[in-house]
Amino acid sequence: MARKSILGLFDNADSAADATDVLLEAGATQDDFDVLTGSPYPEGAFGEKDPVHHIYVFPIIGALMGLTMALVLTAGTQVAYPMVTGGKPILAFPAMTIICYEGTLLGAVLFTIIGIIFESRLPRLRLDPYDARINEGYIGLLVTTEEEKLDDMERALIRGSALEVVHERGRALRG
Amino acid sequence: MQERVRISDSQVNTDLTSSIFESSKLYWILVGFLALVVLCGFTAAGYMFNRGLGVTGLNRPVMWGFFITNFVFWIGISHAGVMLSAILRLVQAEWRRPATRAAEVLTVFSLMTAMTMPLIHAGRPWRVAYWVFPYDWARGIYPNVRSALVWDPSAVFTYLTSSILFVYIALIPDFAVLRDRTTGVPHIIYSILSLGWRGSVRQWKLQIIAGILLSAIILPIFVSVHSIVSWDFGTAMSVEAWHSTVFAPYFVIGAVHSGVSAVVTVMIILRWMFHWEDYIRREHMDSLAKLLIVVATAWLFFFALEFFFGLYALEGPEVALRELQVFEAPWKWYFLTFLITSYLIPVPMWLIPSVRRNLWLMAFTTILVNVGMWFERFIIIVPGLMRKQAFVFTWGGYTPSIVEVTIITATFAMVSMLVLLFAKVVPLIPIGDAKEGMILHDEIKIGKVMVPAVMREE
Repeated sequence: MARKSILGLFDNADSAADATDVLLEAGATQDDFDVLTGSPYPEGAFGEKDPVHHIYVFPIIGALMGLTMALVLTAGTQVAYPMVTGGKPILAFPAMTIICYEGTLLGAVLFTIIGIIFESRLPRLRLDPYDARINEGYIGLLVTTEEEKLDDMERALIRGSALEVVHERGRALRG
Repeated sequence: MQERVRISDSQVNTDLTSSIFESSKLYWILVGFLALVVLCGFTAAGYMFNRGLGVTGLNRPVMWGFFITNFVFWIGISHAGVMLSAILRLVQAEWRRPATRAAEVLTVFSLMTAMTMPLIHAGRPWRVAYWVFPYDWARGIYPNVRSALVWDPSAVFTYLTSSILFVYIALIPDFAVLRDRTTGVPHIIYSILSLGWRGSVRQWKLQIIAGILLSAIILPIFVSVHSIVSWDFGTAMSVEAWHSTVFAPYFVIGAVHSGVSAVVTVMIILRWMFHWEDYIRREHMDSLAKLLIVVATAWLFFFALEFFFGLYALEGPEVALRELQVFEAPWKWYFLTFLITSYLIPVPMWLIPSVRRNLWLMAFTTILVNVGMWFERFIIIVPGLMRKQAFVFTWGGYTPSIVEVTIITATFAMVSMLVLLFAKVVPLIPIGDAKEGMILHDEIKIGKVMVPAVMREE
């Protein structure tokens, strides 16, 4: 069944938090709504569900990949074309450690970045429904539900003192 | 955080994007002047590439001069970003908020500038690729990863990549603000850069975790970068006076000293130029100055270790270096300048609370620190190479040429210009962070006083 979204706009955090209770009373579940804000709020401020993520796995995978790549680069190139310089061993451990250290950390950073973007569900091609006023201090309560429940949810949002219910993306503000 | 004023989200957006939407005549005059200096630098570098390194003051035995000094200096400045941003994020210091972006941006641009220095120093920059990238398939020769020449690029490349990505991730919510406040082409560009950010609970949570996680990963990179730079010296077989085991921590703490000082200078200039008095407050300067006292004193400790334990064994090269640095002109004057400007003037001044809250004096003292720290690198490098030693048929000094002076001056102009131009496209104070500070700030009454109650995310 097709699910659609509507966005309730609130001018303060308290009324948005109260509106989530009204939504739950109207039959929505915690998975049906999300809170959009222009700045981070303390966890649980809107009674929302704590999002599950696996971000901490990414740097570990990245570090292992980076270490492997660095080992291949350092050991591989030296073994493939062995050339003794300064009487040092072909696979000089202290020198290899430095490149491996940097490679490990580079891999960890790159995978962490990928992980953050992936776990944040970005990039997102469509914003709808969205309103530019969210970045100006408004709180958005985004409800995604079955099409036939949408009217009930809209009424619940208005009952929860939403200032406006947005069905499509709001106009961008001029700076 | 007693000086904080409550400002609406909309006003925060307007204030912090003012650098993008409004520009004073002074801004463009300054950028134009800096661009002119950068142009002079490019011209001088072009002239040097055409004529060869003979137009510089470099000659046997001093083959490292202004360029390498400047390389170490800018690498040092780049340590500001991670020191302030990462450590203060990890310890969740409330006063970090206005400083992090400026510090991270300074890191990126100073690293980029630092990377140009060895390239210019090489005389034929295109040949540097032979040392760094494994591309010479035809002859089957790869870069020797056992060489310190490969360590440096790998560390700097890792640090630069990480810093750019760190800045970008933290900028995504601010790009969304700019997306919502612009139209036309800027709107399209900011829409792409913001990746469709909406500010959901999940996105903000990941954004906070990103700050902490990336800080924790970048910190070891930050320590490694200047350590490896110090090993460029420490592992140089022919220069015995540089064979110091304390070089790595000494360089790292010196880098933090100059880097944090540079961030303070930049913050004061930004506050003055964009009227960010409500965001970059005197209490921030106060906290940064206290941090600087600790950092500067730790640096002095390592300097003393390096100096005294070097002399303790009474080895010839070490004694020759110290004799040059302390007793012979012009080095003794540089040495004195370095000690006075990097510690003896600023630190006693920072001990006075009114100085820590005086922006002019803070700007003055932090600029002094960087004058001193530049000289510190200069008197390590040049006297180290020109000391009298056996089996060297030339004992020579070093006088920089006008070409070198022009290029070095241009690097300072380039970093300043890039920071100012960056302020034209992104807010140099993180908007989301500033707003979060407003949300978390509240006051509670204890007895007869109202005190700030700051709740922090765990």
